[in-house]
Amino acid sequence: MKRALVVLVGLLWLTPAAGLLVSSLRPARAVNSSGWWTFGELTFDGYAKLLSDDRMLGALWNTVLITVPSTVLVVVLGAMAAYAFAWGRFPGRDWLFLVVVALIVVPVQVALIPDAELLGNLGLFGSIPGVVLFHVAFGLPFAIFLLRNFFVAIPRELLEAARIDGGSDGTIFRKVILPLGWPAIASLAIFQFLWVWNDLLVALVFASPDSAPITYAIREQTRSFSSNIDVIAPGAFLSMLVPLAVFFAFQRYFVQGLMAGSVK
Amino acid sequence: MATVSYKGATRRYPGTTRNAVDKLDLEIGDGEFLVLVGPSGCGKSTSLRMLAGLEDVDEGAILIEGKDVTNLPPKDRDIAMVFQNYALYPHMTVYENMAFALKLRKTSKDEIDRRVKEAAKLLQLEEYLSRKPKALSGGQRQRVAMGRAIVREPQVFLMDEPLSNLDAKLRVQTRSQIASLQKNLGITTVYVTHDQVEAMTMGHRVAVMLDGVLQQVDTPRNLYDSPANVFVAGFIGSPAMNIKTVTLGADGARFGSMLMPLTREQVTAAGDGKVTVGFRPEDTDLVAPSEGGLPIVVDLVEELGSDAYVYGHADVNGEQERFTVRTDGRSAPSLGDTVYVKPRGAHHHVFHAETGVRIA
Repeated sequence: MKRALVVLVGLLWLTPAAGLLVSSLRPARAVNSSGWWTFGELTFDGYAKLLSDDRMLGALWNTVLITVPSTVLVVVLGAMAAYAFAWGRFPGRDWLFLVVVALIVVPVQVALIPDAELLGNLGLFGSIPGVVLFHVAFGLPFAIFLLRNFFVAIPRELLEAARIDGGSDGTIFRKVILPLGWPAIASLAIFQFLWVWNDLLVALVFASPDSAPITYAIREQTRSFSSNIDVIAPGAFLSMLVPLAVFFAFQRYFVQGLMAGSVK
Repeated sequence: MATVSYKGATRRYPGTTRNAVDKLDLEIGDGEFLVLVGPSGCGKSTSLRMLAGLEDVDEGAILIEGKDVTNLPPKDRDIAMVFQNYALYPHMTVYENMAFALKLRKTSKDEIDRRVKEAAKLLQLEEYLSRKPKALSGGQRQRVAMGRAIVREPQVFLMDEPLSNLDAKLRVQTRSQIASLQKNLGITTVYVTHDQVEAMTMGHRVAVMLDGVLQQVDTPRNLYDSPANVFVAGFIGSPAMNIKTVTLGADGARFGSMLMPLTREQVTAAGDGKVTVGFRPEDTDLVAPSEGGLPIVVDLVEELGSDAYVYGHADVNGEQERFTVRTDGRSAPSLGDTVYVKPRGAHHHVFHAETGVRIA
């Protein structure tokens, strides 16, 4: 019974993805005249057209160039800051952490105009580093919050044992905190990756046609909808594949607990 | 192998009025097994952590082998510590757990392998070396924690209640294993426990603490025979000593109808109308009514087989006082009986009624 329910929910969630896949394989006129469930003739023309379209390919590559550094930077900086907030000793630590937590609720929209100006002054407006910078700035508060709360639950004695064993802060971070915090770090990396990969708003504001990611490029295609549906569907499907792959690669860390056996 | 000295070492937690550890002076000899014991919150763990470098020293100093380590980080003190909850690295195998410290010290691979295997053999862990801690029993984890300390070959071992997560039987067994291990290795050891039986059985010397203050440090025998004050007298020994503050007469302490004779010096030293007297349950006899014992009414008898503990109360100078007596298990009195108890010979302890300090 339970299994049937799980399968049902799974199918329900898969249907739109399957629809997109089928649509991406159908010729444009078929898509415009009937629903994807009628199948009919299938073709790779859409993919061929997409893969020969420099702008779409460039946009897909831009998405990678934006997403990977945005994720890596947020995870690395976030983990280091979280370790300091969890176990470092410096004055005003908890107040500062409170400020960081408060930053989580700042809506992106509030910062669009001031940050556009700021990036403009830095000469980064419309460039990939500019977009990355914005994503990192907005990803960090939540990253720090999530990881700090996870790190703080690591038994104090473990860190003390490592310190007595001769570990410096750097060693403890790399050899104890990171391996034990891996489930949280992996979860964070997935979230951050998906957010940035699927982002459109930030791209619309901060990117230029040269630095535009795939979401931006797909939206451009919709202007002349009827003629470009054969590119939109494959583009959308390709851009969806990567987050799916990332999720399947890391999903086991969502549930995995690594703490067993450390104490008691 | 080294000596350890606490010189007026004090720890004060921010926002508290009382020092967690107050001017601790303690000399620990080379190869000695010293046990810090006391009730929870007495500062014994804090003292150990100060030696480990995990806790700041606000005043005074701590020396290891004559070298001032007060402001050194833990890694520069050449110590190894066993934690109450073992604190094994859950993501590493038993082997990696034991090798971790040596790796950080850039010991050669062969040397690490030799030392880890040696320690594993000593602790019967050889077949578990490739397991993760979560696949071990409590006793095995405890031994891994010991192994992690042993491979370091440190100057000082620090142990913070390493047995308190084991069940009673395993605890007694491991207790003697640790004691003999320490003897064979000859490494100076500071051991914290709240269990006075552990303290008495393991320590070459035992330091008793209360409220951050060192009360007495001596061999288990001397702690038992001549406790320095009322607290130590009540803390060491199980069941606890009968300690009562009673009226002081010219020739002794008056327990209602019973007179406990004191020397002239003791009476003079006790001073002012009152005196505190203690006698252990095991230094007390049940006597015939005619022999001048104190009559007590039996409230409870605990049969242990070889012995029985008799708990009862008596009316002493208008107050209900409770007493404990150890007696032969085969001739224990019954509930509600009135028995006559008499402290044996010169085994009673006399303390000043106000200060609680021992009167010789």
